[in-house]
Amino acid sequence: MALLQITSPHLRGTNRTASVMQWVLLATLPGFVALIWFFGWGVLINVAWAVLLAIGAEATVLRLRKRPVMFYLSDYSALVTAVLLGLALPPFTPWWVTAVGVLFAIVISKQLYGGLGSNPFNPAMVGYALLLVSFPVEMTTHWATPSTLAVQPDFLQTLTYIFTGGGVNIDGVTMATPLDTYKHQVDILTREELTQLPVFGQHVALGWEWVNLGFLAGGLALLWRKIITWHIPVSMLLSLTACSLIIGWDPDQYTPVSIHLLSGATMLGAFFIATDPVTAATSRLGKLYYGAGIGILVYIIRTWGGYPDAVAFAVLLMNFAAPFLDHYTKPRTYGHRKAHRGIKKAD
Amino acid sequence: MSIVIVAVLALLALAVTFGAILGFASVRFKVEGNPLVDQIDGLLPQTQCGQCGYPGCRPYAEAIAGGDAINKCPPGGETTISALADLLDVEPIPLDEEHGVAQGKRVAFIREDECIGCTKCIQACPVDAILGAAKQMHTVIVDECTGCDLCVEPCPVDCIDMVPVGQTIRDWSWHKPGSEPIDPTRIITTDQRTDPNDQEAA
Amino acid sequence: MRQTWDFHGGIHPPENKTQSTQQSIRKAGIPQYLYLPLSQHIGQPAAPVVAIGQQVKKGDMIAEAVGPVSVPVHAPTSGTVIAIEDHQVPHPSGLTDSCIVIETDGLDEWKECIPCENYEELEPAEILERVRQAGIAGLGGAGFPTAIKLHPPRNDKVNSLILNAAECEPYITADDMLMRERAHEVIGGLEIMAFILQPEECLIGIEDNKPEAVAALREAAKDTQIEIVVIPTKYPSGGEKQLIKILTGLEVPNGHIPADIGVMCQNVGTSAAVYRAIRHGEPLVSRITTVTGEAVEQPANFETLLGTPLSFLLNQAGFNAAKASRVLMGGPMMGFALTSTDIPVVKTTNCLLAATQKEFPEPPPEQPCIRCGMCAEACPAELLPQQLFWFAKAQEFEKAEMHNLFDCIECGACSYVCPSSIPLVQYYRYSKSQIRIARLDQEKSDKARERFEFRQTRLQREQEEKEAKRKARAEAAAKAQAARAAEAQAAEDPKKAAVAEAVKRAQAKRQQQAAPEVDLAELESNVQKAKDKLTKVEASLQQAEAEQSDMAEKLRNAVAKNRDRLAFAEQALADARKQSSDTSTTASSASLPAQDSEQLQRSIKRQEDKIATLQNAINDTRNSDPDRANQLQPTLDKSLARLAELKAALGATAPDTPEEQAGPDLEQLQSQVDKAKDKLAMMQGMLEEAQAEDPVDDAKVSKLTRAVEKNHERLAAAEKSLKNAKQQAQQIPGQAKSSPEELEALRNNIDKARDKLVMMQGMLEEAQAESPTDESKIAKLTRAVEKNQERLKAAETAYQNAGGESVDIVN
Repeated sequence: MALLQITSPHLRGTNRTASVMQWVLLATLPGFVALIWFFGWGVLINVAWAVLLAIGAEATVLRLRKRPVMFYLSDYSALVTAVLLGLALPPFTPWWVTAVGVLFAIVISKQLYGGLGSNPFNPAMVGYALLLVSFPVEMTTHWATPSTLAVQPDFLQTLTYIFTGGGVNIDGVTMATPLDTYKHQVDILTREELTQLPVFGQHVALGWEWVNLGFLAGGLALLWRKIITWHIPVSMLLSLTACSLIIGWDPDQYTPVSIHLLSGATMLGAFFIATDPVTAATSRLGKLYYGAGIGILVYIIRTWGGYPDAVAFAVLLMNFAAPFLDHYTKPRTYGHRKAHRGIKKAD
Repeated sequence: MSIVIVAVLALLALAVTFGAILGFASVRFKVEGNPLVDQIDGLLPQTQCGQCGYPGCRPYAEAIAGGDAINKCPPGGETTISALADLLDVEPIPLDEEHGVAQGKRVAFIREDECIGCTKCIQACPVDAILGAAKQMHTVIVDECTGCDLCVEPCPVDCIDMVPVGQTIRDWSWHKPGSEPIDPTRIITTDQRTDPNDQEAA
Repeated sequence: MRQTWDFHGGIHPPENKTQSTQQSIRKAGIPQYLYLPLSQHIGQPAAPVVAIGQQVKKGDMIAEAVGPVSVPVHAPTSGTVIAIEDHQVPHPSGLTDSCIVIETDGLDEWKECIPCENYEELEPAEILERVRQAGIAGLGGAGFPTAIKLHPPRNDKVNSLILNAAECEPYITADDMLMRERAHEVIGGLEIMAFILQPEECLIGIEDNKPEAVAALREAAKDTQIEIVVIPTKYPSGGEKQLIKILTGLEVPNGHIPADIGVMCQNVGTSAAVYRAIRHGEPLVSRITTVTGEAVEQPANFETLLGTPLSFLLNQAGFNAAKASRVLMGGPMMGFALTSTDIPVVKTTNCLLAATQKEFPEPPPEQPCIRCGMCAEACPAELLPQQLFWFAKAQEFEKAEMHNLFDCIECGACSYVCPSSIPLVQYYRYSKSQIRIARLDQEKSDKARERFEFRQTRLQREQEEKEAKRKARAEAAAKAQAARAAEAQAAEDPKKAAVAEAVKRAQAKRQQQAAPEVDLAELESNVQKAKDKLTKVEASLQQAEAEQSDMAEKLRNAVAKNRDRLAFAEQALADARKQSSDTSTTASSASLPAQDSEQLQRSIKRQEDKIATLQNAINDTRNSDPDRANQLQPTLDKSLARLAELKAALGATAPDTPEEQAGPDLEQLQSQVDKAKDKLAMMQGMLEEAQAEDPVDDAKVSKLTRAVEKNHERLAAAEKSLKNAKQQAQQIPGQAKSSPEELEALRNNIDKARDKLVMMQGMLEEAQAESPTDESKIAKLTRAVEKNQERLKAAETAYQNAGGESVDIVN
C-alpha cells in the first residue's frame, strides 16, 4: 500500500480549460455557418489556413522555449485565436496577409509575453489591428458580396485566389460592408435612399444580420453553459445602443442602432472577443466598466474614426485599461468594511 | 520678429519659474543623511558574518547604497536579494556563490567538555550570543545565535560545531507547489515536496 | 420561518454521505496500545502528570493543562502508561511529537466520576473550570479550548449562541449521526452553554441534507427556546464565519472574533461533550469518527477512543489496503493525506477517508491560469484568488497580504472550480507560511542588530577608557621627562649640581614619605575607586536606614571610614599634583627679583585682595558651576603660593620681627603637632582596617603602611620644628642657621600645612557640592580652610626664619 502524499483539497470540479475552449469553438459554429453561407468559402479557407499556421507557430515557439509542446497545445487556446482571427478577416484575404496576422498574433502577442494567461492584449485582435493598419487595401476591399446578390466563386476558385491571387476577378465579387456604406454615404443620401441600397437587404444588413444573429445564439449558449458571464456582453451592447440612441438618434446623420448591432463584428466581439478572460477585467464591476468602455469606443471610432469597423481597436484600447479597472474595482472582502481599492488600505 | 521675441521671453519666464520652484524644493525638502542606507540595513539579515566581504551588515548596506552588487549575502539568500531589488528598483540577480552558498539555518554549539574558557569566541561573536567569562564555561545562547560562523575559527581547541536547526511540528511550514517551471507536467495539483528540510523554492 | 442570508460563492460537490449513514454508531473497541499526543488542541501542549509504569483508569488525567490556553489530556481507557515518547502525530508534515503511550488492559474501568444533576446550582465560573478540566477542545476540527471560547474577552455579551450542525464537507457524517442518536446530549450541552453565556437567542444551523437529524433535534428541543434553522446545502456553509452570516446576517470583522459582535459558534460534538462532562462528570475520552471511502468495506461512524491507531480503526471498518491509494484525515476538501496508518485518533479527527484511485484520481498537472475568474465567483470570503495566486507565484507576498490573504479560510472552493487545475490552496498556504517566516526573521534580525550595535558601543566605550588612561600615563611620563631634562640642565653648573642633588634627595625622600605612586593616573583611579566605594556604601546606608535594619550603625561607620579613605586618596593625588605643579610655581618663584619692602607690601596687599576675590568667586560658583570652580582652584593655589613667596621675600627684607612671627608660629606649630598626631592615629586605624578587610590587597596595605610611616615622620618633624621654633623664639634675632634636619622638618611643616589646606579645600568643595544648604558645615569648612591658609603662611615664615632659603632651593 503506497499512500500518495498529497494535501487538500482532494476533490476537483469537472471544468477544464480545454473544455472551455472547446465550447467556445462550438459556439462559433452558427455564426461561422452563416458567414460561409452568405460570403462564400473564403471564410472557411481563411480559418483553416489560420488554424494550421497557428498550431505550427505555437509548436515551434514552444519547442524553442523548451516547453512540453503537446501539453500546451492541448488547451486549444491557439485554435481559438486562429478561428476568431479567421472569422474576422475578409473572405478574400490573401494568404500572406492571414499568415502575417496569425504569426504576429501567436508568436509575438501571445508566446513572447509568456504564453497563455500572460498576454496583456487579445492576440486575435492584435493580429487584426496589425493587418488593418499595415494592409488597409486588402483589409477593406476584399469583403465579399453576399451570395444573394451575386454568384460567388466556388471553393477551388476561392482557394486559388487566396493563394495565388489569380483566377477570380476580385472587383466583381467584392463590395463594401453595410457599416462602411452607411458611414460614407450618410452625408450624401437620406435614410430612405440608403436603405434602398442592396447592401442593406430586406431587413437591416444583408447577410450580416444573420451572421450576427448566429454569433448571438452562440454567445447565449456560452452564457447558458456558464463559460462566460453576462457582464461584458450586456454592458457592451447596452452602451453601444445607448450611445447610438443618444448621440446618433437621427438616422439621417448617423448610422442607426440596428445596423450597429446587427452588422460588422459586433456580436462576435461582444460574446467571443471581448469576453476573452485572459485580457479582460476580472471583477464583476470591472467587467461592466470594461464592456461599457468597449461599446462606447466602438461607437466613437465607427462614427468619427477612420475605420468602418472598430471592434478590434476598441477591445485593444480597453485591454490597456483592464489592470487599472481590476485595481480599482476589487470586491469587498468578507469582514472588511470597505473594499481595498487603490493604494491606501481603506478599512 | 516680435513673435520670436515673445516666444523667447515666454520660455525664459517658464524656465525661471520652474527653476525657482525646483530650487525651493531642493532646499525645503532636503533630506539629511542617507536614509537609503537605513532601509537597506533593515532588509539585511544582521548575522554580521562578513561573508559579503564587508565587516558587518551596516558597511555592506552602505556599499550597496554606493552602488555595490546586491547578491553578496548568503544568509539572506533569495528573499533578501529580491527585497533589495524591490527597494532599489533593480533586477534581482542570483546569489554570488563566490561569497558562500545559502545553507539552512544553523546555530553554533560548544562542546563543553573541551571548552577551556579562553573567551576568544566571546570576543568574536558580533551579537554577544555566547555566555561565559575567563576560565568559566562558555555556552551559546541559541535564541540569539545568528549562525554567522565567526566563532568557529578563533576557538583554539576547535570545540564549536555549526549544528543545523531541525524542524519540529511547531515551526514546520508549507512548501511551494511544484518545482521546476520548465516541466509543468510535474506540477500536479496538491503536490507536496517529500523533503521537508529543503526550503529552497525553485 | 426565520430569515436566513446567503454568503458569496460556494460550491456544490457531490455529497457522498449516504455510504456511512447506513448503520448506527458502532463502538470501535479497545486497541492494544493508545497513543495520546500532548498537543491535540490550539495552545500550549499539556504536561504529563503520570509516570511510566503507572496504572490509570478510564478518565484519569494523564497530562495537565499548561497556561491559560491549554486543556488536559485524559486516559481513554484503563491500562498502564508504558512510555512518554515521540510518536508520529496527525499533521500534514508527518513529523513526530510527544505522546503518552498507554497499554490497555481491556477492562475499561472508569474512574470515579462526579455527576451533577442540576448544573444551575453551580457558578458559571465553576462550570467553565469543569469544562476545562474535562479536556474539551473544539471538536469541529480547530481544537480551540472550549473553556476559553465560552469566556468572551472583556465579558462581552453574547447575543446569539449558535451550534454548528452544518457539516458541509462531503463524506463526513459524524455530526449527523451524533444528532440522530444523541440529540438530547447536544441540546443538553447547548443549555449548559446558554446558562453560562445567557444569550438572547440559541440557534442550531443545520443543512437541509440531514432531515433525520433535523427531526431528532426538533424533538429534543421541543420544550426549549432553541431554534433549529435549516439552511440550504452549500459548501462551505459550515465555516464559522459563513454560518454566522447565514444565520444572523452579520459579518465577523477582519481581525476580530465572533464574540466581538456578540455571536458564539460551537460544534455539536463539543456541545455533547460539555453535556457529558457536566452532567455525568466524564472527561473527553472518545469521539465519533466517520470511516468511509471506497477502500473500506463497511463504512460507518465509530465511537472511537482517543489515541486509537488508525490502522485499528480502519480494520474495524473492513479496510482493504490493496485498494487504497490515499488515506485522508478529515474530509476531501480540507483533510490532509497520511503517510502511514500508525497515527492515532485525536480530538479533532472527525473523519477517515480511505479512497481508491478511481474515487480520487491523481490530479492533472497545473496549467497556466486563464484568468477566468471562476475562483473569485466561488470564494466564500469574497477574495480574489486569482490575484493571490499570481502574487504567490511571483513571491510578492506583501501584495498578497494586502489583498487580504489572511482572510482565506483554505476551504478549497477556488481550487475545486479552477479549470486549469491549479493547486490554489497550496499556494496560499505556502504564502502564509512565507509571510510568517519573514515576520519572524525580521524580528530576529532586528534583535540581532540591536545586540550588535550595543556591542559596538560597549567596545567603543572600553576603547575610550583605555585611551584616557593611556593618555594620562603618557602625560605623567612626559612630565617626568621634563623634570629629568631640567635636572640635566642644572647639572651643568656644579653649584646647581649640588643643589640638584639635594633636590633629588629631597624628592626621593618626599616620594618615600608622600604617596608611594608617582603615577597620577593611578592616583586618580584610586580617588575614583574610593569615591565609588563611598557612594556605594552611602547608598546601602540609605537603604538600610529606610529599612531600619541593624546594618545601619555598621554602615555609618563604614561611611565614615570611606570618607576618610577618600580624603586620604585625594590628598595623595594632591601631593602628586603638587609635585608637578610645585616645579612650576617654585620655578617661577626662583625668578623673583629682590624688591624693597614697601613694594613688596603693596604686592602682598594686592595679592591678598586677589586671593580674597578668587575665593569669593570660587565659593559663589561652587554650586552653580562646579567646573568653573575647579578651574579657579589651581589659580587660587598659585595665588596663595605667590602670596607666600611675597611674604617670605618681605620677611627676608625685614627680618625684624621674628618674635611676632615666632609667637603665632609656635601656636600653629603646636596645633600642627596635634593634628599630625591625629592624622597618624587615623592612618593607623585605616591600615588596621585594610589589613582586616582586604588582606589580599597588598598594594593597599603597603600604601597605608607607608602612609603611616610618613605620618610618623611628619609628627616627628612637627614636634621637632615646634621645639626649634621655641628655641628660636628664645633666641636673639639674628637667625641662627638651623641644621639641615631642622630645615627639613620646617620644610615638611610647610608641606603638611599645604596638604592640609588642600584637603580642607577639597572637603569644602565636596560639602558644597553635596549639601549646599548645609550652611553650618560649609561655614565650618570655610573657616578651616582659612585657618589652614594662615598655618601655611606661618609654616613658611618659620622656615624662612630658620634660615631656609626658599627662593633658591627648589622643592
